[in-house]
Amino acid sequence: MLISLAVSSLKNRRKSILLTFFSLLISISVLLGVEHIRQQAKESFNRTVSDVDLIVGAPSGQLNLLLYSVFRMGSPTNSINFKSFQFLQDNQQVEWAIPISLGDSHHGFRVIGTNQDYFTHFKYGKKQPLEFEQGQAFSSLFEVVIGIDVAKEHNYQVGNEIVVAHGVGSVSFKHHDKTPFVVSGILKPTGTPVDKSLHVTLEAIEAIHLSPAKLRQLINDVDAVNLAPNNVTAVMLGLKSKFATFTLQRNINNFPDDRLMAILPGVAMSELWSMMANFEILLRVISILVLFASLFGLSTMLLASMDQRKSEIAVLRVLGAGPSLIFSLVLIEALILVSVAIIASVMTISLTLTLLGDWLASEYGLFLSANLLSMEALMAIGIILFASIITSTIPAFEAYRNALQSTLSARN
Amino acid sequence: MQLNENSTSVTDKDASQSMAIEVQNLQHGYAKGRIDLKIENWQLQHGSHVFLHGESGSGKTTLLNLIAGVLTPQAGEVRLLGQTFSGLSARKRDQFRARHIGVVFQQFNLIPYLTVLQNIMVAGYFAKKSDDIEHRATQLLTELKLPASILQQQASQLSVGQQQRVAIARALINQPELLIVDEPTSALDAAARDTFMRILLDICHNKLTTLVFVSHDMSLKRYFSSSIDIHSLKQPNASAVC
Repeated sequence: MLISLAVSSLKNRRKSILLTFFSLLISISVLLGVEHIRQQAKESFNRTVSDVDLIVGAPSGQLNLLLYSVFRMGSPTNSINFKSFQFLQDNQQVEWAIPISLGDSHHGFRVIGTNQDYFTHFKYGKKQPLEFEQGQAFSSLFEVVIGIDVAKEHNYQVGNEIVVAHGVGSVSFKHHDKTPFVVSGILKPTGTPVDKSLHVTLEAIEAIHLSPAKLRQLINDVDAVNLAPNNVTAVMLGLKSKFATFTLQRNINNFPDDRLMAILPGVAMSELWSMMANFEILLRVISILVLFASLFGLSTMLLASMDQRKSEIAVLRVLGAGPSLIFSLVLIEALILVSVAIIASVMTISLTLTLLGDWLASEYGLFLSANLLSMEALMAIGIILFASIITSTIPAFEAYRNALQSTLSARN
Repeated sequence: MQLNENSTSVTDKDASQSMAIEVQNLQHGYAKGRIDLKIENWQLQHGSHVFLHGESGSGKTTLLNLIAGVLTPQAGEVRLLGQTFSGLSARKRDQFRARHIGVVFQQFNLIPYLTVLQNIMVAGYFAKKSDDIEHRATQLLTELKLPASILQQQASQLSVGQQQRVAIARALINQPELLIVDEPTSALDAAARDTFMRILLDICHNKLTTLVFVSHDMSLKRYFSSSIDIHSLKQPNASAVC
């Protein structure tokens, strides 16, 4: 009865309620949206690499190494000897070692030189291995395995011929037009930078950088040129025992024959994420302020209506409604409005994410789930409801006072 | 809630059972140290219809508020239907009012955005007598010479005369023993006023409801067998400020 009374009362003040509703809708959407994107970004960030115990590269900052080896952002400062890779591969503690050679691109997508181990040992998300959507791993020099985004963007199929360029820009002046590759496989979507990468053998990377004359020679006879790689950009290591991680890290850092640096991906990732913490807090604060602005708008609206509602309150009072009931009536009105706004916001955000999901993924590499209802979102909703109760006590208390003072003459 | 009518002593009970309202040594002031209304002794029998008159500001509405339990007296006692009303907690007074007292104001009796039926249902809800309300409401409307179709109309769409009659229906829906009516006809024209008065008195007569009708309009006195001037209730030395 109280709820239907509150609903009727809200309906009666359609116009101001509708405006307040939109203000709430926007602010709650901002708050929940920011919260959702923040979490999703963190999740998609953390799922980029999994089960890798150490990343080894040339000494620079650990963030720098992480960024270019895992996120494929920025340029590697230096590379390490291929012999060092072999040394790591042969180390007793090491179960597997994936070499990574960076520096080339294809229409803005990074080209990675690696070996077969990449497809068996590289893991992302919750230790998920890479899987093929079509085809299989490269088996010869001029074969390439592409990520799903590369395939979608250029509509590549297995068997298509593509060209790889030196340099990482989308437009390169130094196209290696004479080194055509054949797509041997397309990887399933992972939601990581792998989707935006092309994978070739380490030897193929060497081949890309050959002089045109030697290249022609090579195309005629695959064995004509020595393609043994001299260096790699980074190495990802999986260890037999996690306990060996720190010892091996120290050994690698003190390796006498090459300048090497080993980092723990987890540690580097959390350092990177903590750099964004301030930005994260700022976003949160702004969205909370926006929420409060519209909650105060809500209570202003309710408070302004109190004057018109004096006679209504007097009637309820005479019918036997106590002041506390009138107090809760106003609170219920506010809560109904906020709840409807929350439901509408959740639907709006989910719908937007469903509609824009593909675009966000292909354009910004953001993999956002359309499912909003995580534990954190529920907590945020709880906080919104709590805050609206707090702010609505102002008009509710005004109604309470009105009710206390109202007497039988509702003459105003 | 069952009212605790046994709390009164046996000797009181005989006397009080026939009395709808008993007021004793009542004092009330709107500010501390002020006495705006003082009534030594006033009793009203069950089933009586009384016309309480007095000019504006003579304390009529204050008295009604005290009777209905919206105000509490500074001193003295108000007993309704044998129940010491002024001694009850605020919550119990609200409940008592919902169940036993019907009130009709001068105007703004109905919540404008609710339908007539919803307005009546609200009254039933607060008295916790919600069963079969539509049937009882239809009956009452017929007695009040209103069409049953009016139940689904919004209160704000009715004429003032209709609104006042719906207000009676709502006041009587919980079969209260006491009906308090405060200047209900001041917004009505002469013809509507006459219809309203006849219907009101008929229905109170049929239902054996005690009626306290308050007005400053002496022309309405002719509808009543008994009338009281508020000044005669008050002590000669009481100052009447309202």
